[in-house]
Amino acid sequence: MIIQALAFYLFAAITVASAFMVIASRNPVHSVLFLILAFFNAAGLFVLMGAEFLAMILVIVYVGAVAVLFLFVVMMLDINFVELRQGFLQYLPIGGLVGAILLIELALVLGSWAVAPAAQQVAMDPIPPIEDVTNTHALGAVLYTKYIYLFQGAGLILLVAMIGAIVLTLRSRPGVRRQNIAEQVSRRREDAVAIKKVEPGQGI
Amino acid sequence: MAFLDRSARTIFLWEVLKGLGLTFAYMFKKRATVNYPYEKGPLSPRFRGEHALRRYANGEERCIACKLCEAICPALAITIEAEPREDGSRRTTRYDIDMTKCIYCGFCQEACPVDAIVEGPNFEFATETREELFYDKNKLLANGERWEYEISRNIAADAPYR
Amino acid sequence: MTDAFWNTLWTGYVFPGGTILVHILMLVVPLLIAVAYLTLMERKVLAAMSLRMGPNVVGPFGLLQPFADAVKLIFKEPIIPSGANKFLFIAAPCITFILALIAWAVIPVADGWVIADINVGVLYLFAISSLGVYGIIIAGWSSNSRYAFLGALRSSAQMVSYEVSMGFVIITVLLCVGSLNLVDIVEAQKTVWFALPLFPMFVIFFISALAETNRHPFDLPEAEAELVAGYQVEYSSMTFALFFLGEYANMILMSGMTSILFLGGWLPPLDIAPFNWIPGIVWFCLKIFVLLFVFIWVRATVPRYRYDQLMRLGWKVFLPVSLFWVIATAGVLVAFDLLPQGMK
Repeated sequence: MIIQALAFYLFAAITVASAFMVIASRNPVHSVLFLILAFFNAAGLFVLMGAEFLAMILVIVYVGAVAVLFLFVVMMLDINFVELRQGFLQYLPIGGLVGAILLIELALVLGSWAVAPAAQQVAMDPIPPIEDVTNTHALGAVLYTKYIYLFQGAGLILLVAMIGAIVLTLRSRPGVRRQNIAEQVSRRREDAVAIKKVEPGQGI
Repeated sequence: MAFLDRSARTIFLWEVLKGLGLTFAYMFKKRATVNYPYEKGPLSPRFRGEHALRRYANGEERCIACKLCEAICPALAITIEAEPREDGSRRTTRYDIDMTKCIYCGFCQEACPVDAIVEGPNFEFATETREELFYDKNKLLANGERWEYEISRNIAADAPYR
Repeated sequence: MTDAFWNTLWTGYVFPGGTILVHILMLVVPLLIAVAYLTLMERKVLAAMSLRMGPNVVGPFGLLQPFADAVKLIFKEPIIPSGANKFLFIAAPCITFILALIAWAVIPVADGWVIADINVGVLYLFAISSLGVYGIIIAGWSSNSRYAFLGALRSSAQMVSYEVSMGFVIITVLLCVGSLNLVDIVEAQKTVWFALPLFPMFVIFFISALAETNRHPFDLPEAEAELVAGYQVEYSSMTFALFFLGEYANMILMSGMTSILFLGGWLPPLDIAPFNWIPGIVWFCLKIFVLLFVFIWVRATVPRYRYDQLMRLGWKVFLPVSLFWVIATAGVLVAFDLLPQGMK
């Protein structure tokens, strides 16, 4: 058990430290790399909890795809951060005010949080027990039966977002020559070459 | 029908498979290259390699310092100085070829009236320093002695066509 | 310090840790030797296909050439560009190399011969291979060089694109198995290898594997004709060697993955007398060898893709086809009541 505890504290400490570094580091690329480290250690925590499916999905989706796109964008951006930081303190009062209000609201919510007895019951006994069924199986059994509409709804929202992004960026440019590969491949010698018998001194 | 044929070829990656078949067949063909330092390809008798100054059979140097090679050299790689020897015959005191300038055109050996300067069959004379490529008369004469057998055979083989 | 303490320390930590270490060494050492000889095999096969000799000077038939190369690379001077981010510059090749090795933890090389037999083996492999892009993108960014950066961008876009269709291919296999465990996947192919019923998926997976490992004809990240050497242009000496080793280890890993998912892993082609005398590890190595040969064979045959054509192939051809096959496979399995046990 000592090793599990040590691993937990290691992962947790690195997660928190790298999450802090995400906002603390000056270079945005370093920020994204710290974010990746945080994701990675969160995946480690999932594994310690026995939720290996969630851990792998976290790595595949967030580290393998989302963070790559973040990194892409951040690397391609050419922002002058000195300029961006100018007048940063000027916004401190109003920013601080908003932050304080949010903090107080959060405290209020957490303070008056009452968990429904039924939910407590669900949390008490995970159905089905971890020894009998792999958690991939258990997740699937819940996700595709009880929460199927929510699941499909989430998918639809993503689809809408994707279509929206395409609609916003798609523009038909006139005069673009596009390649039609099927046409190119199906071109035969007879279509392109004609052999003529040329008489001397006559030309074609 | 032609459309069907083409579509089938595309879907079953026929062209790719044909290409793969071709390369696979090439694996078992005879190698086109030779194992160079141990095997070498044939050289023409007219091959123009490293320069050499030749001597007559009695040991007398052929070069008479006519400076035709110096005059014709397009790269200005040849430098000759000459004065009469004790016996009164005209000989070079200096015969330098800058091998880093030479373009191996063979004009010097064409110009030579006594077949003294020739380009031999040797092409493996790479050096580690640039200075070693500034050939002087001694080096050229030494080359002549070293490659005389091959050079004379090459000249004999090429003679009918001149 | 009592005897009991030392006992628990020995039986609870030192002994299992040591056993795991020995297992890891038993896998990694042959793997690294295989990587070394894969480079030689690649050079020999390419040479043969272009009518050349290939390396034949160091040792008999050039068999010691990989070691000569390794010695040469180790003794070269590592150069770090002055504008580079030093830490990331050195970390990038290490990431590539380590990722190529840790994926092997879940690969069953024969019946029961696996370091970590985890429930989500396929997902683990997929996650590790999707992380491979980081070594390259960090290398490209930290080198502070335009060629390297362009190569890295190309490579990451390419790897992310082909991962999508690869994911769908894996899903079709999982539909037929009903488990994410690699051992179960191999066991499910006892009757017939998945390469036969899912042949189009097999082809798509293999081509995506070529793109995923940045091999010809999809080697745009390092396209030496236009990008010099892409993301590895600033690397020298051992840092370069780590990239090289990682790339070839990835090739072997992808071949291993293909043979587990589609070619029945360690199973013999037919479960009859002369075939099942041969141990499983031999079959597994043989399948990997054949696939690696195809990797090299394709390199000798096909010219490099143009970048827009590469993206077109990934998104407009492979993605719809694999999506269609996911649905078709699921439909057939449900319609003919062929769903595997545990999925009903």
